Amino acid sequence: MTDKKQDLIDQNLQDLNNDGVDRRGFLKCMAWAGTGLVWTLTGGIPMSRAFAKGHGKDAGKGGDFSFVQISDSHIGFNKPANQDVTATLQKAIDKINAMPHKPDFIIHTGDLSQLSKPSEFDTLDQVLKEASAKQIYFVPGEHDMLADNGELYLQRYGKGTKGTGWYSFDHKGVHFVGLVNVANLKAGGMGSLGHEQLEWLEDDLKGRSASTPIVLFAHIPLWTIYPEWGWGTDDSEQALSYVKRFGSVTALNGHIHQIMQKVEGKISFHTAMSTAFPQPAPGTAPSAGPLKVPADQLQRVLGITDVNYLVSGRSLAVVDSPLGDTGSTGSGSGRGLAVSDATVG
Amino acid sequence: MTKKHVWVAGVVTPVVIAIVLLLAGSPSVSANDQPSAANAEVKIDNFSFGPETLKVSVGTTVTWINRDDIPHTVVSTDGVFKSKVRDTDEQFSYTFTKAGTYPYFCSVHPKMTGKVVVQ
Repeated sequence: MTDKKQDLIDQNLQDLNNDGVDRRGFLKCMAWAGTGLVWTLTGGIPMSRAFAKGHGKDAGKGGDFSFVQISDSHIGFNKPANQDVTATLQKAIDKINAMPHKPDFIIHTGDLSQLSKPSEFDTLDQVLKEASAKQIYFVPGEHDMLADNGELYLQRYGKGTKGTGWYSFDHKGVHFVGLVNVANLKAGGMGSLGHEQLEWLEDDLKGRSASTPIVLFAHIPLWTIYPEWGWGTDDSEQALSYVKRFGSVTALNGHIHQIMQKVEGKISFHTAMSTAFPQPAPGTAPSAGPLKVPADQLQRVLGITDVNYLVSGRSLAVVDSPLGDTGSTGSGSGRGLAVSDATVG
Repeated sequence: MTKKHVWVAGVVTPVVIAIVLLLAGSPSVSANDQPSAANAEVKIDNFSFGPETLKVSVGTTVTWINRDDIPHTVVSTDGVFKSKVRDTDEQFSYTFTKAGTYPYFCSVHPKMTGKVVVQ
């Protein structure tokens, strides 16, 4: 590691408070617009690769594969916070297509639509068809469950899934698990996985080697970020207990329309920005929901630096890249430290 | 008109008129004195129901109006009523014909809860 990189990491460490989240930095940074998250696996150890232009030349160097996460497209939303969510989703896809290093697939972590309408799903499909990555994996958000408790979502995106739409697949030695925590929600509660899905998950993971990298993806965060706004999953503890024995676990979520990260032992959690509109940081507004930002901020990118610690030697580093950003940097190492940041543009 | 007749007309008539007016204007007998309205309203905004607890009398039709910029639903926790998803400015109504306490929530954002107390 170069001195410069070490300095940057040290600086980031100083910014942390006890729980590993730099709230001051976070609150400063309400990055609007969409994000693409690119992961690359190098020799079985995931490393970050920059999504933005500047780092394209490094992409793919020794990497086995990469994939992109998009989230919360909310096709059908048309309020002041963003009156053309289709255009911003298109921009995210254009950005994916412009990457010098082609991702193997895309994962959409839910809230595909605003109201689960067929026309909204149609529009989404049309835009996604333009993606260079032809394989797209989905999990539903609560907005996708509004037609007959998610029946329409299942018909269109749930082939081969179980229950309310959960499933798993393997890709080049990494085990991916798509979870649904937006069905059968109970009054006063947060996200919920439910008994049947938890039993399936336990069974799905049984017998797998602990050195298998695991990636869980679900709409609502799998760790408790802000219960007052329902930002968490009531029964995620049980799910996380099943993955505890694995050497490298990453949870990718959406729902909150902003970047949050946390490391707990060998589990690294990350939430993505939305491609539709931002939401306020926890407790900074009377409620969650669409956050309108001035037009010039839509173009400008606000930067945030989050540092994830992993006790084990494996680390999954993530690079978030706002749509309008000209430069975003990210770095990762296989040595237990991952840094992801996007600079102010 | 004779004097007698004048007397009848002068006294009986106004008395009869008064009695008729009295009967016409008397308030209907009410079994209870709870705040009662045939219609009541709950406003949905900022991920909350307002008022969170609404007291109404039996027979009241409650209308939930979504003033939020996000769609919500109104779902009774006991399966008594359930709205379709309501986007901004859409509404859902339910008439409460039985006394009781009716807790409900938004099935999309389950932290949003409220209750209707019917007396």
